[in-house]
Amino acid sequence: MTDAFSAASVADPMIPRVARVVRRKREIADVVTLEIDGGAFDFAPGQFNMLTAFGVGEAAISVSGDPDNSARLVHTIRAVGAVSRALTELHVGEPIGLRGPFGRGWPMVEAEGRDVIVVAGGLGLAPLRPALYRLFAEREKYGRILLLFGARSPADILFRDELEAWRGRLDIEVEATVDHARGDWRGNVGVVTTLLSRAQFSAASALAMLCGPEIMMRFVANALLERGVAQERVYLSMERNMKCAIGWCGHCQFGPVFICRDGPVFPYSQLRGLIAKKEI
Amino acid sequence: MIESIEHIVKEHRFFAGMDEGFVALVSGCAKNMRFDPGQYLFHEGDSADWFFLLRNGSVAIELRDPARGAVTVQTLHEGDLCGLSWLVPPYRWTYDARAIDLVRAIAVDAACLRRKSEADPRLGYDMMKRFMPPLVERLQAARMQMIDIYGAHD
Amino acid sequence: MTEVRSIVDAAGLEALLEALCAQGYQLIGPTVRDEAIVYDEIATLDDLPRGVGDEQDGGHYRLTRRNDEALFGYVVGPQSWKKLLHPPVLRLWRARREGDELRVEAEPARAEKFAFIGARSCELHAIAIQDRVFLGGSYADPHYRARREDVFIVAVNCGVAGGACFCVSMDTGPKATMGFDIALTEIVAGSSFLVEIGTEAGRALLDSLPRRAASASETEEAEAILAHTAENMGRSLEAGDVRDLLARNLEHPRWDDVAARCLACTNCTMVCPTCFCTSVEDASDLAGIESERSRRWDSCFTLDFSYIHGGSVRQSVKSRYRQWMTHKLSTWHDQFGSSGCVGCGRCIVWCPVGIDLTEEARAIRESEAQKGAT
Repeated sequence: MTDAFSAASVADPMIPRVARVVRRKREIADVVTLEIDGGAFDFAPGQFNMLTAFGVGEAAISVSGDPDNSARLVHTIRAVGAVSRALTELHVGEPIGLRGPFGRGWPMVEAEGRDVIVVAGGLGLAPLRPALYRLFAEREKYGRILLLFGARSPADILFRDELEAWRGRLDIEVEATVDHARGDWRGNVGVVTTLLSRAQFSAASALAMLCGPEIMMRFVANALLERGVAQERVYLSMERNMKCAIGWCGHCQFGPVFICRDGPVFPYSQLRGLIAKKEI
Repeated sequence: MIESIEHIVKEHRFFAGMDEGFVALVSGCAKNMRFDPGQYLFHEGDSADWFFLLRNGSVAIELRDPARGAVTVQTLHEGDLCGLSWLVPPYRWTYDARAIDLVRAIAVDAACLRRKSEADPRLGYDMMKRFMPPLVERLQAARMQMIDIYGAHD
Repeated sequence: MTEVRSIVDAAGLEALLEALCAQGYQLIGPTVRDEAIVYDEIATLDDLPRGVGDEQDGGHYRLTRRNDEALFGYVVGPQSWKKLLHPPVLRLWRARREGDELRVEAEPARAEKFAFIGARSCELHAIAIQDRVFLGGSYADPHYRARREDVFIVAVNCGVAGGACFCVSMDTGPKATMGFDIALTEIVAGSSFLVEIGTEAGRALLDSLPRRAASASETEEAEAILAHTAENMGRSLEAGDVRDLLARNLEHPRWDDVAARCLACTNCTMVCPTCFCTSVEDASDLAGIESERSRRWDSCFTLDFSYIHGGSVRQSVKSRYRQWMTHKLSTWHDQFGSSGCVGCGRCIVWCPVGIDLTEEARAIRESEAQKGAT
């Protein structure tokens, strides 16, 4: 009737394709990383997929693997509900439904030539890992790289081996902190904002990527602003209920935006007016 | 050459921009101290006679629990203030402070500084303005830890 | 193409229905069921609510007996065309395990060929709004598209205004100006209809019907009817700046006031012709061999709607009402380039406690004006 019918792609974006679990690794108590074989898969750091545990349901899960290795599709999943629990309980060889990739990811190009401050809290390290892989792979394109990571306790530190390896590099600064620890922990204890107050970077040019609990991101973003980082260059990855991933189901609305379609990564300047308000 | 305590005080982040006269007053109450790894700066229940401004090294703030042993709730680092209990009666420490590695610190005699602050409220007010930011920051941090932001909440 | 005006009588209208049927269209039109006007399959003019009127207000709907034989002498009922283009429940796919293999089979998009008889101007705008939601982005919903693209629309210009109508405020009526193939104005109840053409398909169909050219006085009569309808809107909303008004009043005490009345029953979202939100449900057989996913209408008034791990973002009814109303009147502009409200008044009529969004907007506006005055 009008050209509204011709603009969009024809394939049905709601139909999952069937992939298989080829590797499963328990990271920490309730977190599992699944490697999926679904053919070559290109994604941008910060994008997410919709994963189906057949017969149970579907959940939005960020890709946590290397964007430059399209043969290995990796997701890190925390068992928090019926669907995510079923996903973490899938065995090698079992089918898994896959839709994606969806959403706007981290601003990798805008970050070029700048100091990059990556702040992750808890499982928030997973959606940031593809960005870190890209930063490390193209190290020469960026200024200082800082990775500041906060977790609940030493036992809750995600990707611990990798963090240790990164900490050994001379061209990246890696700091981790936990909320509380027993005596055998020799690292930092305190909230992640305390790492920021000791971090050295050029505020005028810095770009920050934040992922973690919303309250943590708010406080880190405000601390970065206090240090002089422009709010347009502080990026947050937001979490809301996602059912369709393409702006049709309405669940993930956050004021004027759909987190799934317009995000999940947003500059703080776009969120600032709403993020401090209750129940948006 | 050994640096004068006055110079060390003046150079410390905590005293940044402080009036020369106040620096002299504070330095009169201050001395240099070092703690070996594992050594305690103070223990819970002890009289809070000194507080510390860290110059090097890190300090663990610990609470003891019979089942879990020492639980670290905060670590302090170069440039940080260690110890607030000396400000408020009954001037007793409410936690243990353990040197994680070699710690060098300016130690300030609490009674001495309190006396000088009483005598010159301008010094007292200047000091109070320096103590408030870390205090508020720690209160906020404690709130964040209290709500357990990383936990699974269902 | 509105220059071509013809008059058809009841026989001509009957011929129109027959012609559409002959072309394979499934006729859907207003009919009386359960003491309301609903949209359902019709076959002849006799299925239309002849001589029926309605009485609408906040939380109030009654059919009435008109003192004429008008076929379209009422306004919109609880249903909208949404139920046909965007069905309340729709299976998306089925999956079947065969040994080690699992196959997903997409639900075929049903290429329905609907003819909508008696769509009102506000409803044409509502359809255009849902077109933008489901077809206007980078993905197109194949189910919506299949149902939507062959629809033939016979619009009816409203000869009466409902007690909750405010299409004039929203610039969406009462005269159909877009999105129809043919538009009718009932100028003599039950017997004389002025016809306008919207598309070539409409013209072709009209050419096959018994008709005559409209006289100048008949055209004037149609205009007078519409002018009368426009002047008798039951409600009004200052739409010009309501988008900004709500955006800057997210913490207004009025939200507490409306929350005290709102039952979070979801009626307003179900009857709204533009509300599009859905949820998905997976089901499997006991053996775990077959599973399927279906999509069903959902509402931002439910607690689960905003659930993320740990709890729901919108715990309070206040925040859910605010989400609905600000989405409809404010953030919809950001998302889809227009208001999400077409002024049909259904949310007012079908609210069990008669909450009226025009009244809520007015209260916020007046409190601002008072603040400005002091």
